[in-house]
Amino acid sequence: METIRAVDLSRRFGETVAVDRLNLSVEEGELFGLVGSDGAGKTTTMRLLSGVLDPTGGEAFVLGRPVRSEAAAIHREIGYMSQRFGLYADLTVQENIDFYADLYGVSGKARTERVAELLAFSGLAPFRDRPAGNLSGGMKQKLGLSCALIHTPRVLLLDEPTNGVDPVSRRDFWRILYRLLREKVTIFVSTAYLDEAERFRRLAFLHEGRLLAMGTPDALKAALPGVVVEALSDAPRQAAVRLRGALGESSPVGILADRVRALVRGPGDAADRVNAALSGATFPCGEARVVEPTLEDVFVGMLSARDGTAP
Amino acid sequence: MNLRRTWAVARKETLHVARDPRSLALAIALPVLMMLLYGYALRLDVDDVPLAVWDRSGTPQSRELVARFSGSRYFRVGGIRGGYREIEQSIARGDVLAALVIPDDFTAKLAGAGGAPVQLLLDGSDSNTATVVLGYAEIVTQRYSGDVRLRMAAAAGVALPREPLAFRPRVWFNEEMTSRNFIIPGLIAVIMMVISAMLTSLTVAKEWEQGTMEPLIATPLQPSELVIGKLVPYFALGMLDVLLCVAAGELLFQVPLRGSGALLFGMAAVFLVGALTLGMLFSIVAKSQMLATQMAMVMTFVPGFLLSGFVFPIWSMPVPVQAATRLIPARYFVSLLRGIYLKGAGLSVLAGEASLLVLFGVVVVGLSIRKFRKKLE
Amino acid sequence: MNGGSEAPAVVVRELTRAFGEFVAVDRVSFTVARGEIFGFLGPNGAGKSTTIRMLCGLLSPTSGEGTVAGFDLRTGAETIKKHIGYMSQRFSLYDDLTVEENIDFFAGIYGVPADRKGERKDRVLRMAGLLERRASRTAYLPAGWKQRLALGCAILHDPPVLFLDEPTAGVDPLRRRAFWELIHEMAETGTTVFVTTHYMDEASSCDRLGLIDGGKIVALGTPEELRNRFMKGAVLEVRTSRPEDAAVLLETFPGVRSAALFGNTVHAVVDDPGAAASVASLLSTGGLADATVVPITPSLEDVFVSLVEGGRPDGVPGGEGTE
Repeated sequence: METIRAVDLSRRFGETVAVDRLNLSVEEGELFGLVGSDGAGKTTTMRLLSGVLDPTGGEAFVLGRPVRSEAAAIHREIGYMSQRFGLYADLTVQENIDFYADLYGVSGKARTERVAELLAFSGLAPFRDRPAGNLSGGMKQKLGLSCALIHTPRVLLLDEPTNGVDPVSRRDFWRILYRLLREKVTIFVSTAYLDEAERFRRLAFLHEGRLLAMGTPDALKAALPGVVVEALSDAPRQAAVRLRGALGESSPVGILADRVRALVRGPGDAADRVNAALSGATFPCGEARVVEPTLEDVFVGMLSARDGTAP
Repeated sequence: MNLRRTWAVARKETLHVARDPRSLALAIALPVLMMLLYGYALRLDVDDVPLAVWDRSGTPQSRELVARFSGSRYFRVGGIRGGYREIEQSIARGDVLAALVIPDDFTAKLAGAGGAPVQLLLDGSDSNTATVVLGYAEIVTQRYSGDVRLRMAAAAGVALPREPLAFRPRVWFNEEMTSRNFIIPGLIAVIMMVISAMLTSLTVAKEWEQGTMEPLIATPLQPSELVIGKLVPYFALGMLDVLLCVAAGELLFQVPLRGSGALLFGMAAVFLVGALTLGMLFSIVAKSQMLATQMAMVMTFVPGFLLSGFVFPIWSMPVPVQAATRLIPARYFVSLLRGIYLKGAGLSVLAGEASLLVLFGVVVVGLSIRKFRKKLE
Repeated sequence: MNGGSEAPAVVVRELTRAFGEFVAVDRVSFTVARGEIFGFLGPNGAGKSTTIRMLCGLLSPTSGEGTVAGFDLRTGAETIKKHIGYMSQRFSLYDDLTVEENIDFFAGIYGVPADRKGERKDRVLRMAGLLERRASRTAYLPAGWKQRLALGCAILHDPPVLFLDEPTAGVDPLRRRAFWELIHEMAETGTTVFVTTHYMDEASSCDRLGLIDGGKIVALGTPEELRNRFMKGAVLEVRTSRPEDAAVLLETFPGVRSAALFGNTVHAVVDDPGAAASVASLLSTGGLADATVVPITPSLEDVFVSLVEGGRPDGVPGGEGTE
């Protein structure tokens, strides 16, 4: 069953088009990712889908209902977590959760159980009397998620929930999401972290309001035009400069710790071309080898193909 | 409207209020402070007018005239020797408001055909006060003049015709005619107007600014529930402020409450709903705390003090301004409180004002609910 | 690239800062050489921001000592401010000013002499790629551009030491790459860069790393040293078509401390590195016949998680708030 659907969904703010004719659909129980940089239109899309912002064109549907005209009904069924921490800093963890439980009309035994369950799996139980403003970044996000989950929604919309959160808290957060997936909750997440994007069943790359590509991580990698080549180097920055000169602007080159990494496009054996480019260097470089592309390679490849130039 | 969600908002808002001791202290202290400041400073009574007397005659007759002035409760008399120059300086400095000059031939001319000239020099800068002072001086001199006439007639053995008019004034409602009794009830109304709008002007804008509104509008919460829920703690705070103001009127200013206390608080409750929601409406429309506070200040302070009839009588304003005052809810609350306080009037007399306050409340609440949109822009 | 005979850029010994009862930074000691890129890692609320604030002279230490750019932390706070550049998570630019007005403002603040202002300004505009947009309102710049402008404003006065507090949060990979190349370029010309980040790929580009947790330094060294020496336990990489199921299953196995998704693979932390074969057979019994298990050098994220997860109650606030 289709849970979320966007049809030519658009939103402009004055002259700026924040989201431009977006089309996508998400199945029930799917973990779908919206990936893009700051200003790509992720937050606007999340807001349009959750009904807190009206589109200027097109239409969004959640659980078969048009978002614009049936926002009230949709709000009972979805959990939405905004990008900015949206809870009350002067209220305690427990008070924030209670407030949202009341708003969603969760009461009686179901409420007691749900609150206990959320506190347990978010690890917030020992902090229930702490003002939300005094929680760490990771804890705040988990509290935000708990409040969005209080009514056991079928659809969860999370706007960059792990932004600025440390790796440990991020892992905890993802554990909670996987648990929800097993309960067949549809999760729609936006992120700027590409290593996280590998976890999505399907994802959409958004750039300047437009959908660049959509599919499973594997399909997106398979569609990457070019081969990813890596080489160790003592002077990766100089190596990058050399490679850029040799490979041309169509092949973006980046530095990854002690290595250079290039998305090699065009004819010929990619590794050979890299080796040839580095062979004349005055500093030692390792043998170039073809590596499996990551989603970051895919994203960089798409952006550079779009802009026409490497950064 | 769902009662439970409304209650959830009310409880949450109460926690915010309770956890912000500085704002809470201000909300309680400010009305009391304003009562003290305005209650003591604003006096419209003209008595103890400083009067300089230059008695150039120095006769028993002139001294009697001076005694008439100093004996009245309206004047405080001081002597002067330096002549017109000193009088001019005293008036210019504001040491005295008026000066009485009795010429040296006063006694001689008293019996004469032209009458004795007595000069009153008056500082007319404050025209209202000058008019009152002039009236007082006229009464004192007329009485003196009448008595002298009687004495002269008696000495000559002539019977004067009796006074054709017997004037019997009786003052109602504010028998002692102290302006305080008139000012304090109005002051309570105006203070409550200003305070109420200030109390609520932050509440919605703050949620937009701090980002707590976004998740809120993605829940089933309805605008009516938000507006009414948020009203609850501020209403309680507002009623506490009314109580403090009334207590201050009673204990510090001894203003008599003639009418029913229940009616007073009932009317205050009706007014508060409107005034508090007005503040919230500013907050809803402005979406910024700074703008909302400024709107609340400008939209309540100025009309509250100037157009409510609290100090400046509405009947003496130009007709268009009079019409404008009809739009100021504080106006009805001012006359309601005066009615209850001074006239002991009941609801049957005050029904007009009361129903207008209800209308004000209904309109503002309705407008706020309509204006609050569960959408970002 | 290090300064050699010259004094290190940052030296701290037993640096401590308490807020009331709460010790945000607890006897921290480390050294950052000149021209080094030093990555400062740690969970939210671990004391990163508090440390940076002390190093920038914005907050005085409760105890301990240190120097930044050769100046004493306790006595030379104002001098330190003249010799460092600081860029915070929230780029401290004025949105209602234009690009150029922002640069002018910061040039004024840092007292850049009038005769050099033009040249410095040009350099910053060129570096940030903002030559054509110098008259644009800052509010309308894309995030990546703002971030480069903020960096430009922080280095207007050519500071020998640069502090960057999560400079790349929310910036897309292309811009991140470009930003890091800039950082490397500056390091090569002798600028010392002290940077905090939550991105482990960025951390691996640093010359040296310090990991702080609960106010204490728990690991210090090059990325290589951290990966090889500080990991508690060994890491197995599991590849399968159903990684989430594998992660859940793995955590039930004896000898597996934790399992988490890593890209499209699963990293399992085990006590015994030789457990790969037995783990593979257990997975196969559990219905994941396609699973392959190999021991690997831990990633920085593995190290981070293993060091931090050990002894902390989450939710500890970082000093005056959170980081």
